[in-house]
Amino acid sequence: MIYKKRRLLPGGDRAFFIELGDTIDPELHRRVRQLMLTLQEVKLPELVEIVPTYRSLLVCYDPGCINPEKLRAKLAILAEKTKVGKLPETKVTEIPTAYGDEYGCDLKFVAEYNGLSPEEVIRLHADKVYLIYMLGFIPGFAYLGGVSSRIETPRLPTPRAKILAGSVGIAGNQTGIYPAESPGGWRLIGRTPIELFHPEKEPPALLQMGNYVKFVPISAEEFNRIREEVAQGTYRVKETLYMQRNYSGSI
Amino acid sequence: MEVFEVVQPGLLTTVQDKGRYGYQQYGVPVSGAMDSYALMVANLLVGNSEGDACLEITVLGPRLRILGDTLIAITGADLSPALNNNPLPMWEAVKVCYGDTISFGYPKRGCRSYLAIAGGIDVPKVMGSRSTYIKSRLGGLEGRSLRPGDRLRSGATRVEFSASKLPSQYIFEYKAENELRVILGPQDDYFTERGIQTFLHSEYRISVQADRMGYRLEGPPIEHKAGADIVSDGVPPGAVQVPGDGLPIILLADRQTTGGYVKIATVSTIDLTKLAQAKPGDRVRFLRVTEEESYQLLIEYDRIIDALKQHIQYNDK
Repeated sequence: MIYKKRRLLPGGDRAFFIELGDTIDPELHRRVRQLMLTLQEVKLPELVEIVPTYRSLLVCYDPGCINPEKLRAKLAILAEKTKVGKLPETKVTEIPTAYGDEYGCDLKFVAEYNGLSPEEVIRLHADKVYLIYMLGFIPGFAYLGGVSSRIETPRLPTPRAKILAGSVGIAGNQTGIYPAESPGGWRLIGRTPIELFHPEKEPPALLQMGNYVKFVPISAEEFNRIREEVAQGTYRVKETLYMQRNYSGSI
Repeated sequence: MEVFEVVQPGLLTTVQDKGRYGYQQYGVPVSGAMDSYALMVANLLVGNSEGDACLEITVLGPRLRILGDTLIAITGADLSPALNNNPLPMWEAVKVCYGDTISFGYPKRGCRSYLAIAGGIDVPKVMGSRSTYIKSRLGGLEGRSLRPGDRLRSGATRVEFSASKLPSQYIFEYKAENELRVILGPQDDYFTERGIQTFLHSEYRISVQADRMGYRLEGPPIEHKAGADIVSDGVPPGAVQVPGDGLPIILLADRQTTGGYVKIATVSTIDLTKLAQAKPGDRVRFLRVTEEESYQLLIEYDRIIDALKQHIQYNDK
């Protein structure tokens, strides 16, 4: 649920949580994002960084600059003033994805588990536009919501020791892309040749909270061609504007 | 200039500075020195800025050949450092010359030593920091720990020579038993009263699963009200996470930026420096403090640091 009144919770002697709710919910996400934007605009000098998540913001501060009581009061006023209005435009990032075979070794399992054909799984997965709720787990990893209930599949009982960068997986009602080689327990259905995290870029992550992801099925030939273009630095990620509705209310 | 060559790398020797801030929103851990106090003192002793890059040396130290005359300081754990096989004094600046060898021996006290070099260790900054995050191969020297044959450079130096020996009040003691002051929350309300009492009145032992990411503890399980899972939120340094088995994990420098287990409390900044020096088998207890008390602790800590800075500057003149 979304709390009627936000909660300011202690995170030790250098951080606070501003918690706005306790669920995974697009409306709650919008409020987190709105408050993130307010705090970024105000640029309080005592803040070190802000970590937005599904339902809260972790506000890290420098206790040498302000005492926690004063900061608490400042944050309360800022949160009070922040109204849920029209957020800045967001974009949809296209993720070209080769499904099945050597790209997604669990596609068959996901299909059988849900009583579908592999083609239907691909269609259901690529049909949707997924909201990026937050980043975490490993650098550049985006938590995406809104997987069709028809392709939900539980995690592997034992995680794999090595998953290739770019792998696209499903875990329960979540889907995600591994930005780097990593161990992991998600069911792999495909793989993208594009780069999701680059430490030299600013920002380093291709995907950002509040934006959207759309998977676009590609062939093995396209996979190789795009991979080549990414290596040459000539690949342009396709992005389109996301049309949003207006919202109102207060945080 | 090139300052040293790695002859033997030791168990786990990495470049660390004060940490990588501002990128947690992209899933990038903060990293940085586990013992921020020892890092700061090592830097100040050789005339560096307090957050400059040092070597963080874990339990078994490296063997380094010096390639240019410079000034070094070693702080933190006593891992029996030696200069040309003679004991090398810690917590003070030491002049080293071309051809010298720095080595380490038996780990006597603590877990992590910091070796600062005048000018700081010069590796490229990645996202504003030189800290190594091995798991994602970020920062430091090619994102990894040191290897034989590596050569490291220093940045521009700021002082010629300083021989200040630090008075003992600025040298923290490292003990096998530590009391860690904690602020309860953010999810202390997910635990039963009995669970909270267990947490605050039991002794926990640091398990062998203890690294830069976090320390898993062994001891009496802490009782949840109804499960250990939450909708993921952020993870401050020193957060004490309690998964389903009831055994606490203290999350440290290389912690993930978000987590889905309940967090019962957060360890105070000053006590994290002690914890960074604790080893598997060492014991900890948790002592509850209020937000106000923890703030007073920080003010006191700042006072010590200010006095220390003045002492070092005074000695430079």
